Amino acid sequence: MNDTTTVIIGAGQSGLAFSKQLADRSIDHVLIERGEVANAWRTERWDSLRLLTPNWQSRLPGYAYTGDDPDGYMDMPAVIRFLQGYAEVIGAPVQTGTTVTSVRRSDAGYIVSTDRGDWRCPTLVLANGACNLAKVPQVAEALPPSIASMTPMQYRNPDHLEDGGVMVVGASATGIQLAQEVRASGRPVMLSVGEHVRVPRLYRGRDIKWWMDITGVMDMPYTEVDNLNRARRVPSLQLVGTSERATLDLNALRADGIEIVGRLAGLRDGKAQFSGSLKNQCALADLKMNRLLDSIDEWVSDNGRDGEFEPPHRFEPTRVDAEPRLTKDLTDGSIKTVVWATGYRPDYSWLEVPVFDRKGRIRHDGGVVMDAPAMYVMGLPFLRRRKSSFIDGVGDDARDLADHLCAGLHKAAA
Amino acid sequence: MTSNTAQSTSAEVNNGVNVEALIGAREALEAAPEAAQFKWRAACEWVNGTHSRSTVNGFFGLGEEQARGRTFTVEADHPEVFASEDHAATPVEIVLSGLASCLVAGVAAVAQHRGIQLRSVKATLEGDMDLQGILGIDDEVRNGFGAIRVNFDIDADASEDDIKALVAQSQKRSAVFDIVTNPTNVFVTVN
Repeated sequence: MNDTTTVIIGAGQSGLAFSKQLADRSIDHVLIERGEVANAWRTERWDSLRLLTPNWQSRLPGYAYTGDDPDGYMDMPAVIRFLQGYAEVIGAPVQTGTTVTSVRRSDAGYIVSTDRGDWRCPTLVLANGACNLAKVPQVAEALPPSIASMTPMQYRNPDHLEDGGVMVVGASATGIQLAQEVRASGRPVMLSVGEHVRVPRLYRGRDIKWWMDITGVMDMPYTEVDNLNRARRVPSLQLVGTSERATLDLNALRADGIEIVGRLAGLRDGKAQFSGSLKNQCALADLKMNRLLDSIDEWVSDNGRDGEFEPPHRFEPTRVDAEPRLTKDLTDGSIKTVVWATGYRPDYSWLEVPVFDRKGRIRHDGGVVMDAPAMYVMGLPFLRRRKSSFIDGVGDDARDLADHLCAGLHKAAA
Repeated sequence: MTSNTAQSTSAEVNNGVNVEALIGAREALEAAPEAAQFKWRAACEWVNGTHSRSTVNGFFGLGEEQARGRTFTVEADHPEVFASEDHAATPVEIVLSGLASCLVAGVAAVAQHRGIQLRSVKATLEGDMDLQGILGIDDEVRNGFGAIRVNFDIDADASEDDIKALVAQSQKRSAVFDIVTNPTNVFVTVN
């Protein structure tokens, strides 16, 4: 049995940022990592993926991008180098190649069991990320056996797909990127679209992420959100990081020859059934995008900076077929593969402490886990701020939670 | 994103919707999801020809049977061009009415929540139907609506985009909109 003050599970951006905060406070700790630093970025992403955030926004406590392309987007090897570099700079005590098998309560905290020995700790940080598992809707069970079913965590590039048509279900960042890439390989693609968040890559000459940063949208605290549960479920922005800084939206995908259909509502007798709500889903996304652009224009005017940027403009509304298809026979041979770009969720299958709500989510208040003293969770959507699940967001969250952790230790010692 | 703009509930705005109670209900039902399980009911009796009379009263919700002080009646019939007596609206017109009522109620609730005073809300609906479906003339034609169009005329203290957002949000949260746009398993038994 090993002893330490804090065990951090996971050595990605969240775990490393937390490690830096603990080191700054001279708190003894260890990071347990099943693979190597940045494991998910190394092993669970498709080949062409680049960060959705520009390079300048890869900022961690005491560390930032220093290359010559601040407006570019890192590919996965660059992300891995970036995080590996951070681990080295901060001297993070990472125990790599170590898989957590269980976490249990003990008299004085938690016992973290791994395939390479056990750790006893009064404080614990869950930094294993928000995207450990692909969410696949129950309707997938009714898929005809002749159709290959794949999640984005299994997808690497179009070469691994069977020849023939592909249906991509889900139109957030993952779905639109995979749809475009698969279409570019020459395959017919159908994209099933439910709720989505449309944004342009560039607006008035600047990256949308720059605008959301400078106008304070990303810093919005969780305590000020109208409906927090809802905010934590909002799908990822429709974005892609490319050297052309191109906008990827449903209009662009249509122009590529992708058929846009409604949300996959059912699978019956080998037929996919699509919701008739497509037009409204697109209207909601267009209106929401325009509210964001309005707020940007307002910020520019309020700060007297109109002269610095291109003039305001609006984008073409999302085009929707007059009568979008409502069904697709999946037994007619035209579709060979379905890709479920329907979201991700964390894996806490090893966490044997009753901290979950009825949906299996950790109950927490801004990362302070409820019903489990001195347990913290990091890196989840809108954990403490809108930026919490981004590389740029984990620094502030780690600082706040390390303060809380530290105060708890002092109280216990007093 | 910025969906919180204009969502403050203003004291001067009165659309006759108790938003505080609705938000309270959302919070209460989030904590007690079993109470959120409702069952809606209708009974229908044949009168004569295509004329029928449905009655609506009790439903199940908040963990128990709920009874109303009065029973509502909805009659339906077919028009004279179908050789019927036209005692009441057709069932498909009642479906359109149900969709309209659901969306209009949603507009009022969302407007109240967003602090938008409504002066008038009118919806007109039209559903396309190819009778070759129900008459069994062509198997490739469905029985139901091929498409439904809803048009809103709204007079309110709000911008054009804010009004469009009311209508969009109303669709997003509408039960009947979901019922008509998505498949539902229907189980029919005979005693």
